[in-house]
Amino acid sequence: MSFRPIFEAHPWGEVKASIYAKTAADVERALAAPRRTLEDFKALISPAAGPYLEQMAQLSQQLTRKRFGNTVQLYAPLYLSNECQNICTYCGFSLDNKIARRTLSSVEMLQEAAVLNDWGYEHVLLVTGEANQTVGVDYLEKALRTLRPHFAHLSMEVQPLDQEDYERLIPEGLNTVLVYQETYHRDDYKKHHPKGKKSNFNYRLDTPDRLGRAGIHKMGLGVLIGLEDWRTDCFYTALHLDYLEKTYWQTKYSLSFPRLRPAEGLLQPKVEMSDRELVQLICAYRLLNEEVELSISTRESPVFRDHVVKLGITSISAGSKTNPGGYAVAPESLEQFEISDERSPAEIAAMLRRQGYEPVWKDWDATLVGLAR
Amino acid sequence: MLNKNLVIADRTFSSRLFTGTGKFSSSVLMEKALLASGSELVTVALKRVDVADAEDDILRHLSHPQFSLLPNTSGVRTAREAVFAAQLAREALETNWLKLEIHPDPKYLLPDPIETLKAAEELVKLGFVVLPYIHADPVLCKRLEEVGVASVMPLGSPIGSNKGLLTREFLEIIIGQSKVPVVVDAGIGAPSHAAAALEMGADAVLVNTAIAVAGNPVAMATAFKMAVEAGRMAYEARLAAPVAHAEAVASSPLTAFLDM
Repeated sequence: MSFRPIFEAHPWGEVKASIYAKTAADVERALAAPRRTLEDFKALISPAAGPYLEQMAQLSQQLTRKRFGNTVQLYAPLYLSNECQNICTYCGFSLDNKIARRTLSSVEMLQEAAVLNDWGYEHVLLVTGEANQTVGVDYLEKALRTLRPHFAHLSMEVQPLDQEDYERLIPEGLNTVLVYQETYHRDDYKKHHPKGKKSNFNYRLDTPDRLGRAGIHKMGLGVLIGLEDWRTDCFYTALHLDYLEKTYWQTKYSLSFPRLRPAEGLLQPKVEMSDRELVQLICAYRLLNEEVELSISTRESPVFRDHVVKLGITSISAGSKTNPGGYAVAPESLEQFEISDERSPAEIAAMLRRQGYEPVWKDWDATLVGLAR
Repeated sequence: MLNKNLVIADRTFSSRLFTGTGKFSSSVLMEKALLASGSELVTVALKRVDVADAEDDILRHLSHPQFSLLPNTSGVRTAREAVFAAQLAREALETNWLKLEIHPDPKYLLPDPIETLKAAEELVKLGFVVLPYIHADPVLCKRLEEVGVASVMPLGSPIGSNKGLLTREFLEIIIGQSKVPVVVDAGIGAPSHAAAALEMGADAVLVNTAIAVAGNPVAMATAFKMAVEAGRMAYEARLAAPVAHAEAVASSPLTAFLDM
């Protein structure tokens, strides 16, 4: 049992054509539906839904508030390593990029953690490239053991692992794993990931299944927007989510929608997504799924973030550094991608409060899965 | 006497409105709303509080003598996890009261009856005052009563849905046969729902989302306070039976033989 047969049953060309064929009547039916289907979602992300954006935004705000209340969670990424054996055409850490490589030691991790703790962080996302010799499961286990006493909630965005590896890391305090497919367009995926373990499309596509079988608490999905037609790619994300929710019903899910940003000497987006279109996508995800968490990072601009937190977003990062050691150890090193919103966590918290939201720093406790902190 | 006090375990409550602490736009507003509600029992999610921090924002705003804390285990998926978390809560928050919530389904947050019964049995043995959040399942309520829970907390409709007493038929059975107080938890979206629950004979209700997410949470908390008092008063005053407005019929084909 895996997502792959479902994925194969939805050829890219057909999905794309059916999204672009949606009409105003389809959008209106989707808006009026008490429970929305994947066909409704297609209508909501289609160009035909453009004129209905305000209505979608109002519904999205209402549904989000009902479920999540007047709160927004805060988290920060903690980059542990930029070593990487993959070539990804859009990434600053790509193997063929001539940058200084660094992998944090336990002592350095703690120095970084101290800064994040000072800022008030309890939820942290550990990030690495893919370098299985130096940054393999042993290293990740060490990182979790080192950091667990300092944070209430640990997430990880690293190379896809085998089920046994996840089963080994979960009891060490790993709560959430983010694994983005980047694109569901198989041929384009090959083009953007020509070398390294990441070039294996199927292994990546199967990762959420391995995570689900390992009993992960929460997983995050998404695509890198800009590689391919975003509407089609995001439909596959929704299809994947739908399958996963039904299969691994004890797992929580979150979605992200990173837009490709300029990185050191790399590719410009093939498809540009406007702010208007990103708002459309955020609202469409919420109208499809009232319970899924929606997350927005510092890739986006201050003005944009200030507005979208009211339209369906449930978690937000702030003060992020995307270089290993960026908070304390080596603040001058090269970042994975440029940060667009440079405001401090305190400023973001104040912005949320001004808009009537409680910034939530802690929304988990290791004791709930039987772990002592 | 109207509005008799409610007794759960060793404690007497003059308010039959229990409240939650999530979803408020600030801890200050939460504090104001809960004070306005008159609530004496407020549930707190362990995952939201830092029990090691004496200055924890939520706990600080709940430190009023009228509030008793009811820690909840929201986030656990099994009996084993619930028992572990409960022990930590008891130690850190210095209360043996526990709202037992085991919902392995993170989407609709529906309670797992099997794990809940297992955990309740063990927690009662460990000396906890257990208030389990459960489906409106009359048999489960009796089973929980038998293992010694202090109250049962059946849901009115899915949590956070604001849909009211969709489980009414089952709540009536539960209320009719329960030997422990029945607290309707989850789904109460309007003061009229709360009043209806009390009119039916529920001993109390627990409300969170409907207050926290209201346009004016303080005013809504007050409205709930009044609704709960009115509902209870109506219950104690004994409602008149609904009158069927059937017109008297001239001919009596079924009973005419009696006059012959």
